[in-house]
Amino acid sequence: MAETHLTPRNIPDRLEGRGARLLKSWESLLFVVACLIFLGNSLASPYFLDPWNLSDATFNFTEKAMIAFAMALVIIAGEIDLSVASVIALASTAMGYAVQLGFDTPALVAIGLSVGLLCGAINGLLITGLGLPSIVVTIGTMSLFRGLSFIILGDQAFTGYPDSFSWFGQGYVWWVFSFEFTLFVVLAVVYGVVLHKTNFGRAVYAIGNNQTAALFSGIRVGRIKFILFLLTGLMAGLASICLTSRLGSTRPSIALGWELEVVTMVVLGGVNILGGSGTIPGVVLAALIMGMVTFGFGLLNVPGIVMSIFIGLLLISVIALPILWRRARHRLAH
Amino acid sequence: MAKFLKNRELLLVGAITVLLALITLRFPPFVAPANLARVYNDTSILIILALGQMAVILTRCIDLSMAANLALSGMVAAMLNAAFPGLPIPLIILAAITLGTALGMINGALVWKLDIPPIVVTLGTLTIYRGLIFLLSGGKWINAHQMSDAFKALPRDELVGFPVLSWLSLVMIGLIFLLMSRTALGRAFYAVGGNPHAAVYTGIDVGRTRFSAYCLSGALAGLSGYLWVSRYAVAYVDIAAGFELDIIAACVIGGISIAGGIGSVAGAVLGALFLGVIKNALPVINISPFAQMAISGMVIIIAVAVNARAERRKGRVILRKAEAV
Amino acid sequence: MLQDTLTSRIKPAIALKGISKSFPGVKALSDVSLSLYPGSVTALIGENGAGKSTLVKILTGIYQPDQGTISVGDQEVHFPTALAAARAGVTAIHQETVLFDELSVAENIFLGHAPRNRFGLIDWKKLNADARALLARAGADFDPTIRLRDLGIARKHLVAIARALSVDAQVVIMDEPTAALSHKEIHELYALVERLKADGKAILFISHKFDEIFRIADRYTVFRDGTMVDEGLIADVSQDKLVRLMVGRAVGSVYPKKEVAIGEPILTVSGYRHPTEFEDINFELRRGEILGFYGLVGAGRSEFMQSLIGVTRPSAGAVRLDGEVLVIRSPSEAIRSGIVYVPEERGRQGAIIGLPIFQNVTLPSLSRTSRSGFLKLANEFALAREYTSRLDLRAASLDQDVGTLSGGNQQKVVIAKWLATRPKVIILDEPTKGIDIGSKAAVHAFMSELASEGLSVIMVSSEIPEIMGMSDRVIVMREGRIAGRFERAELTAEKLVRAAAGIREAA
Repeated sequence: MAETHLTPRNIPDRLEGRGARLLKSWESLLFVVACLIFLGNSLASPYFLDPWNLSDATFNFTEKAMIAFAMALVIIAGEIDLSVASVIALASTAMGYAVQLGFDTPALVAIGLSVGLLCGAINGLLITGLGLPSIVVTIGTMSLFRGLSFIILGDQAFTGYPDSFSWFGQGYVWWVFSFEFTLFVVLAVVYGVVLHKTNFGRAVYAIGNNQTAALFSGIRVGRIKFILFLLTGLMAGLASICLTSRLGSTRPSIALGWELEVVTMVVLGGVNILGGSGTIPGVVLAALIMGMVTFGFGLLNVPGIVMSIFIGLLLISVIALPILWRRARHRLAH
Repeated sequence: MAKFLKNRELLLVGAITVLLALITLRFPPFVAPANLARVYNDTSILIILALGQMAVILTRCIDLSMAANLALSGMVAAMLNAAFPGLPIPLIILAAITLGTALGMINGALVWKLDIPPIVVTLGTLTIYRGLIFLLSGGKWINAHQMSDAFKALPRDELVGFPVLSWLSLVMIGLIFLLMSRTALGRAFYAVGGNPHAAVYTGIDVGRTRFSAYCLSGALAGLSGYLWVSRYAVAYVDIAAGFELDIIAACVIGGISIAGGIGSVAGAVLGALFLGVIKNALPVINISPFAQMAISGMVIIIAVAVNARAERRKGRVILRKAEAV
Repeated sequence: MLQDTLTSRIKPAIALKGISKSFPGVKALSDVSLSLYPGSVTALIGENGAGKSTLVKILTGIYQPDQGTISVGDQEVHFPTALAAARAGVTAIHQETVLFDELSVAENIFLGHAPRNRFGLIDWKKLNADARALLARAGADFDPTIRLRDLGIARKHLVAIARALSVDAQVVIMDEPTAALSHKEIHELYALVERLKADGKAILFISHKFDEIFRIADRYTVFRDGTMVDEGLIADVSQDKLVRLMVGRAVGSVYPKKEVAIGEPILTVSGYRHPTEFEDINFELRRGEILGFYGLVGAGRSEFMQSLIGVTRPSAGAVRLDGEVLVIRSPSEAIRSGIVYVPEERGRQGAIIGLPIFQNVTLPSLSRTSRSGFLKLANEFALAREYTSRLDLRAASLDQDVGTLSGGNQQKVVIAKWLATRPKVIILDEPTKGIDIGSKAAVHAFMSELASEGLSVIMVSSEIPEIMGMSDRVIVMREGRIAGRFERAELTAEKLVRAAAGIREAA
């Protein structure tokens, strides 16, 4: 296995075993961090280890994490979607509007998902059809989608969602496992399989590392990117259903600033913001870390905005530290 | 002179004219000189900020933290004024600009020294700067009655018939125009964004130039911080929240290429004015002010599509018809 | 060291001694010395990958040498930055001009050292006037206020030369300046080099074209595999000797061309045209044939090939493969029909740096190695092993990032990638550009082997020896059109060059 001699006819498949690569990975580091935070939280507050408290804590991240999975694929493919939070707002507004017209829960779900898909399709068409840069397009649609909510709602709010609708954000599948948490786990598995075990996932990595070469290699780059934006829209629609159901009301400012938190989650999870690398397990761990930190700070009565300083620092330092570490090692080597 | 006006700027002037004409159909007084001056004054801060963002975008970077920087600098200016009412206003402005520059330097240093992608850096500092306002102020508002009269009056004071705020933005346009067109640093912004690889051969330090661009955007955000807080006579954590997108929108509409190296002072100013006209026109032509956000979103998308068409390179012409004859 | 009457009297303008430079895994230069003399043109000769570009980057302050010294006059100098090199009077005119498309010609000339007025602001009036004067000195008379992107390559070179004049450079490096120029432009460039020489500049002239080396150079230096193998006066050397020094072996033995029985036509292209890039492209490709496409850089060969595989759309034309009419709208359709294209720009269009070797190889063949959309790693490794071993790839493991390989081995991975799709026709665009001699030989041997197995090969190449050594037939393109067709038996280098440059047969 460790045969490094350069014999042309006998190139080994891999030099390192699975275990060695796993140990050196970003995900292992995240795992250790997650364990430490878990430990810290349980020492800091006696309430932390209660199963119901932990279950409550998951609501801090499940909705954002759903979007983060799709966003991870978009970023790995070398694009970005900053409009996700606005899609949540627009989908929620559409559902609230439908409630006023007397639609029932299945119809609301269908509307939420369709609005998400539609928004994703608009982004995808502008980016892959017209070849515009995704960062500017989604800054534009970010304004547009939330702006539409503002036009419809102004400073009003939609309420009066049917009781059955509240299950998505407040219901439990079994014991302490909420619908949202279950959905999070299922989606984590689905996205993990899609990204790491399918031809589609491989194409996403190829596009992110070298779009032109991927095109020359017969990858249908435009189509795959379009699907990725559709998926992000769909996930935002799904998150909108959960969030609206949990809050029981819709305001145009719903989920304001979430796009930044979702991107932070993805980058913290080890996805390269420039595209080409990253894993779903990394994003899952990042979601858990961000959720636990928020919850821990909450237990310690730290205000939310201080929490955001922490997230900002985390975002910069998780990228800066490996760079500084590499430099320090380089300097020591000389 | 007309030769030097590129299509992009002319196109925008045309678009703004058409916009004004449409508004006049519904509400003729809008184009009265006094009202146009008022619209300009109302857009002044956006213009100043767009000039800073332009410098950053020219170097192939982006500054999402400008509005947060503005809010933090503005809060510090307001707190200084509240705590020491006797402090001369120029000193307060200087403090706001200094703080803004320092915040810009943090962005620039992270981009320059650590090679972190600009969007990640400024996403991070955006939340950090906002959080710092909360830590500083304890979440409290600084209201009009806590500010000295001189502090609040400066932007409104009239000079030759126009508010100081308008004059200040005109001075900034002039200064930035000089910087961009007549100094080595200004030209380096273009060179770094246009072809970073070639810039190295020309002896331009790409990282240092980007750092300078962030310092500039920080300084202008700091200045805007004072202007914003004194003009609206209030400072709190969320002032100008989301305004970073308006700034970028002004630049995109003004034809400043997000890919770097292309753009002009005139473009940035016109882009900001376009948004300013829309924002001021909506209430008078009976469109809900809530529509402003959706409209600027549409405009960004249209502008980037139009610009992309203009920038698309003509394919290299290999066939030479003339020689074939 | 060579001592002759010329060098013993004149001091070098710049002298490099014992320069070494390594990159991870590669020793790019080892113990190289080079002196450039004022008023003299030194030709730097060597195959791609011999270390020429590394040397240029050290001379211009982009790279710092690991060992060795640079001296200007009697002083030892260091070039920690490009600016330091420029200040010391070293300037380079690059192959693909590194200038600024969006800025004006005048500004391109003066960027970084523009004339200022008494307020310290850039004096545009003086800048434009000075630019006009410098352009005139470089033999150009176009308006310096137009944007650079509106100029052709030849004129961009003139801008680069005007820039060199503006900094009063004493050392001018010209890196394949004629590669993309027309015949007439090349002669204008020669005249300019003469003028620079007369001005007392020391010129380092990098070129692959022996005729021009013998025409304008006074001295030569030959690099091979990162070392300097010989230097001297052009007057004392023959073309054959230079070729031998450069390649390190006799030219005749380089090309392992096999005799192959050429079969029936397999690919027929008729009436292919594009609004701006090419027109009237008609030809047939037969089974087991290697069809060479020769031409100058920018003759439209790559553009045509890329439209053949659906990267761009032709405005008219038909393709028939095995008698069936094909409509190809994307590379994925081309691959499925059995036509593959190995692009020229390995780093940008070929290899996917960041992905491991095996994933690069299997990318276009995933539908074959996977089951209902799910990856089967064992199949992928098997496929990758099969094709990389046929190409004699040197790597530590198949799981290694393709970016860690040398250029030659990357090219093997790239070729393996497209071969693994089991094509009927393979188009190789500059297949040996920028790779080492060993890899080059492996690629050539493999090309012959493929043809003998009945695969049809189109080889786009700008290297005459390669075209002559490998092709059964050659099509020459010039300015987007077919400018000549030659059978192997009638091939001569002169015919190819004449057809490519558009020179009529001597009367």
